[in-house]
Amino acid sequence: MPHITYIEASGQTTTVALPEGWSLMQGATANGIDGILGECGGSCACATCHCYVEESRLGELPPPSENELAMLENVAAERRPGSRLACQIKATATLEGLIVTLPDVQE
Amino acid sequence: MSKAEGQVVIVGAGQAGLQAAETLRAGGYQGNIILLGDEPYGPYHRPPLSKAWLAGEMDAAQLVMRAPEALARKNIELRTSVKVSAIDTAKRNVRLAEGSTLHYTGLVLATGSTPRALNVPGAGADGVLALRSRDDASAILRHLQNCGEKNVPVVVIGGGFIGLEVAATARKRGLAVTVLEAAPRLLGRVLAPVLSDWYAQLHTAHGVSVLLNAQLSSVESKDGQVVAAITTDGRRFPAGLVVVGIGVCANDALARAAGIECDRGIVVDACGRTSVAGVVAAGDCTARRLPDGSLLRLESVQNATEQGRSAAAALLGQERPFVATPWFWSDQYDKKLQMAGLSFGSDEWAVRGTLDAGIFSVCHFHRGKLIAVDSVNDSKTHLLARKLLDAGVSPAPAQAADTAFDLAGLLAK
Repeated sequence: MPHITYIEASGQTTTVALPEGWSLMQGATANGIDGILGECGGSCACATCHCYVEESRLGELPPPSENELAMLENVAAERRPGSRLACQIKATATLEGLIVTLPDVQE
Repeated sequence: MSKAEGQVVIVGAGQAGLQAAETLRAGGYQGNIILLGDEPYGPYHRPPLSKAWLAGEMDAAQLVMRAPEALARKNIELRTSVKVSAIDTAKRNVRLAEGSTLHYTGLVLATGSTPRALNVPGAGADGVLALRSRDDASAILRHLQNCGEKNVPVVVIGGGFIGLEVAATARKRGLAVTVLEAAPRLLGRVLAPVLSDWYAQLHTAHGVSVLLNAQLSSVESKDGQVVAAITTDGRRFPAGLVVVGIGVCANDALARAAGIECDRGIVVDACGRTSVAGVVAAGDCTARRLPDGSLLRLESVQNATEQGRSAAAALLGQERPFVATPWFWSDQYDKKLQMAGLSFGSDEWAVRGTLDAGIFSVCHFHRGKLIAVDSVNDSKTHLLARKLLDAGVSPAPAQAADTAFDLAGLLAK
């Protein structure tokens, strides 16, 4: 189970051991990390699980789908190079130690 | 209500109830929060039940919205398998079915909705199922597996979102599927005819037998187990599973019995307040009074979360009306429908993109003003449409139809 660290806009930092196959969104919401809403339950429909992945590790993730890219164009917070939707990133062993930063607004 | 003390009781541990609880805490409420659920589970995601979960792509743990520790950390007391039998708004008590009472300083009703039951002979047979809860979905899953093993078809009653999502999932599992819709078109209550036709073609192309104007007359069973659905014109459709998706009714009986105003739902204002002081309501169970006096019932995640936030704020003495543009989505096959705004009352529409390519948005206008946009595999336009509708900014129909026209440019002005 890879350990993922979430840093909320408030600075609150939480590290979660995520079962493989779970999305970064599920890991955050199940653990009550408020910076991610995930209102659609993970179907890439609401863009309320926007997160910033450390840019140095972006290449380790499967690239975003066309739909995710389209959603990212209109997220509520600033879009940055590391912007992803947390529901579209599934935990795998290679993500051990990944740090994601959460924006201050999701909608 | 004082922020420092007291007790908020929340009846219903779904999306709206959980949202209200968390918004109370985020708003600085320090009293007790008791979240009562009548199912054996804590808050879970319902949307995947008809899709990823039914397709076997997700395990039960992934449906959970908050782990128990996460709720405990927020000092939200969750009680599951609890039924509420009555509310005394004068004494500010909630009576539980097992006999005890809970006092409240603030009460949130987030009681949800119940699928409308089939009212035809034989509808009580085993294998005639609606989809609302996790247990419903488990039962449907078992029957889908059974249908697969025995090579028996599935019949879906009702061509609404739930029915069509289950139909798509059943096709994914390789089952023969027939959809019986009583109206002349699919999704008639929520979509414009152009999209109804498009969805009928989509399902037909995926091998679903879509029958419109098809009125169910009875369900045939053998040894208590459903074997066929019979229509009023005498046609017989063999089935190992009949999924009923003919709408829901708001769970307002508890509120009604307590003297709280109800009209096919618990009547609330934009801030989630009911007719009784100290009692707010949120989610599927509500009917929201609009400025023109009419009542709006929405059954969606957004409605649950927005009203949950409004209702919690109202208990804390704040005005936080739900004014955002309504939005909704539905996943069927590889097509994602995202709806922004409400298209009732549309007198003109324009298509942005091409229907045949399966990537497009249907923009609805009333007297030349944009009122709603239904997007298929066009998330970019969907999110833009929400911003345009929230801002009250409208393109002309011809601009909306022109993919070269920059809709985002309207917002920048």
